[in-house]
Amino acid sequence: MILSAEKKSGLWQDHFGISISKDQFSIALAGNPNVGKSTIFNALTGLHQHTGNWPGKTVDNAQGGFVYKQKSFLLVDLPGTYSLLAHTVEEQIARDFLCFACPDVTVVVLDATCLERNLNLALQVFEITPKVIVCLNLMDEAQKKRLMIDVPSLERELGVPVVATAARQGVGLIELQEKILQVALGSLPTTPRQIIYSSEVEKAVKHLLPMVGSLASNALSPRWLALRLLEGDQSFLDSLNNYLGVNPGWEEARCAQ
Amino acid sequence: MCAMTPTRSLSEVWCEAEDVRRSFAYSYSDQIVADIYGNAEQITKHVLSKRGSQRINLDYKIDNLVTSKWLGYPLMILLLVGVLWITIEGANVPSGFLANWLFAFQDQLTVWFQWVGAPAWLHGVLVLGVYRTLAWVVAVMLPPMAIFFPLFTLLEDSGYLPRIAFNLDHIFKKAKACGKQSLTMCMGFGCNAAGVTSCRIIDSPRERLIAILTNNFVPCNGRFPTMIAITSIFIGSAMASYSALINALVISGIILLGVGVTLLVSLLLSMTILKGEPSSLVLELPSYRRPKFGAVIYRSMIDRTLFVLRRAIIVAAPAGAVIWILANVYIGEQSILSTVAHALDPLGQLIGLDGFILMAFILGLPANEIVLPILIMSYLSTGALQDFSSLEELRNILLRNGWTWLTAINIMLFSLLHWPCATTLLTTYKESGSKKWTFLSFLIPTLIGFTACFILTQLVRFIGLV
Repeated sequence: MILSAEKKSGLWQDHFGISISKDQFSIALAGNPNVGKSTIFNALTGLHQHTGNWPGKTVDNAQGGFVYKQKSFLLVDLPGTYSLLAHTVEEQIARDFLCFACPDVTVVVLDATCLERNLNLALQVFEITPKVIVCLNLMDEAQKKRLMIDVPSLERELGVPVVATAARQGVGLIELQEKILQVALGSLPTTPRQIIYSSEVEKAVKHLLPMVGSLASNALSPRWLALRLLEGDQSFLDSLNNYLGVNPGWEEARCAQ
Repeated sequence: MCAMTPTRSLSEVWCEAEDVRRSFAYSYSDQIVADIYGNAEQITKHVLSKRGSQRINLDYKIDNLVTSKWLGYPLMILLLVGVLWITIEGANVPSGFLANWLFAFQDQLTVWFQWVGAPAWLHGVLVLGVYRTLAWVVAVMLPPMAIFFPLFTLLEDSGYLPRIAFNLDHIFKKAKACGKQSLTMCMGFGCNAAGVTSCRIIDSPRERLIAILTNNFVPCNGRFPTMIAITSIFIGSAMASYSALINALVISGIILLGVGVTLLVSLLLSMTILKGEPSSLVLELPSYRRPKFGAVIYRSMIDRTLFVLRRAIIVAAPAGAVIWILANVYIGEQSILSTVAHALDPLGQLIGLDGFILMAFILGLPANEIVLPILIMSYLSTGALQDFSSLEELRNILLRNGWTWLTAINIMLFSLLHWPCATTLLTTYKESGSKKWTFLSFLIPTLIGFTACFILTQLVRFIGLV
């Protein structure tokens, strides 16, 4: 969704406790636990967010700024999650941030040594926001494990820029910044691949789409909303209500289960 | 932008979706997850190719060793003793050097104060109070921290910590707690407040509360240098040639005792006020990475050592001034310090400590780092020995104040098992959001500490060992 700068800075302050200035681009860092998000965060911002080789270090939204080519960026390091299906607190934090804070660019950090599992998250992010960059991190380890990843064809498959990095060695970070700038300015178009669901799911989505469309108008992709409804994910409707004030008091009116 | 009036209410749409969900024989959410996985698999097939897989096998082999039934535990204990041994051995020399240097500088300060004709009370508060306490904090606390933190960060960076969680999972399961609790305990070694915050990685609220309430049983870096100093003076020095190793074993024993108490209290909580079954541990074992030594040393020095030291100094400076004032303001015959210490003395004696020790622990509530410096300051300010200037004489001061090996053990026990510091309590309140749980996190270790020291002391005295 598109927010005016004023509205955005108010929303960020109220709901996420983050102050962002009007001329700052907002960048979210998402990814599985322990893929090097905090290392990338530190490398870009020059801050010293705690890092370590174990899943679960980052429990809050850490934030820091950097300047690249005279443009100012605010980077938010989200907690590591395996999905955005909101089964855990971290998943809910990450999902709500992507849905309602509407960052200008989302960088999904993937562990190149377990691409398939990491892609699950990337695909889910693609459903929420089109402005995505994939950062293929730990390329040095993938090389040690003799895993060859065809980056250009991954880029074609995903429809978004893919930057290969080895953040601990500082490899690829300039390119990452450049891509962030281009996507933020809109000079690099992104058309993230959308998940193709099996026919039963698609049929049900089609059935729900007309009524969902009116729910959040241009706030969120109706298709995505329909999918959450199909999952029976109440926590998301609560968030929807909480952030957008769609329908105050709906909890009471919820129909008998 | 978004807050338009919807033509249909959320609840209407929700009910509609409910109908759709019911009409499908399977679960839509399972199907959705399966479809996402299918898509990811397809993409991966197109872009990924493997050339052999030597490294994966190496990680796998290492994991088989470090998480094996026979080698898992000995290796963990060996690492614990090893890290502590290096810390103690390494901290010895700089500690002595720092103490000599800092106390020599104190004499110089005194000369300067006399030269400008400063009043005695000003010299007392600033030099004998503030400066001397700071000197103790730096001399006793800085060297072990500066060595332990980098070693610990190396372990953390290498990827060994999740293996500990994996190894300990089945014991924690027996205590009906979560295996991830061992990760939060590892964080507690650095700082219990950080340990309490890290409990957020535990998903079940019940298990998270257990982990929060028991985190204090891991001695933080504000406490184990205290233990190191005391065991060095009273236990290790008895066997000079192996002293560092003996000290490391003693501290390891105390840490293991802390782990034992953690498990016991977790179990008791699970059986009483936090009833429930343990959830299963799902934890990714990351591949091993060679730590970057430069970054590790920089980070552990700047982020941790200096940070923790700064906190200690901020608390220690005013505490030093207060102690000096209390020791030099008299009500009738006695200084305020002695009056308070004497009032606490009967309770202290009952658990094998004394009034001064108990008072030091109470004054150390803002930060455990200052307990030992405050204690030394209190002894110094009342005793005859004013020109105390080196670490070797510490033992004599303590002996003169009636210490025995039992006192030393009781202090270490009580240091392990007493109320958390103010920062940890505050963090506990923030994380649990409840005064009740915060109070319990204060009460449980305190009760256990008093009970353990009382039983040990009475037992030893009854048998007549002291």
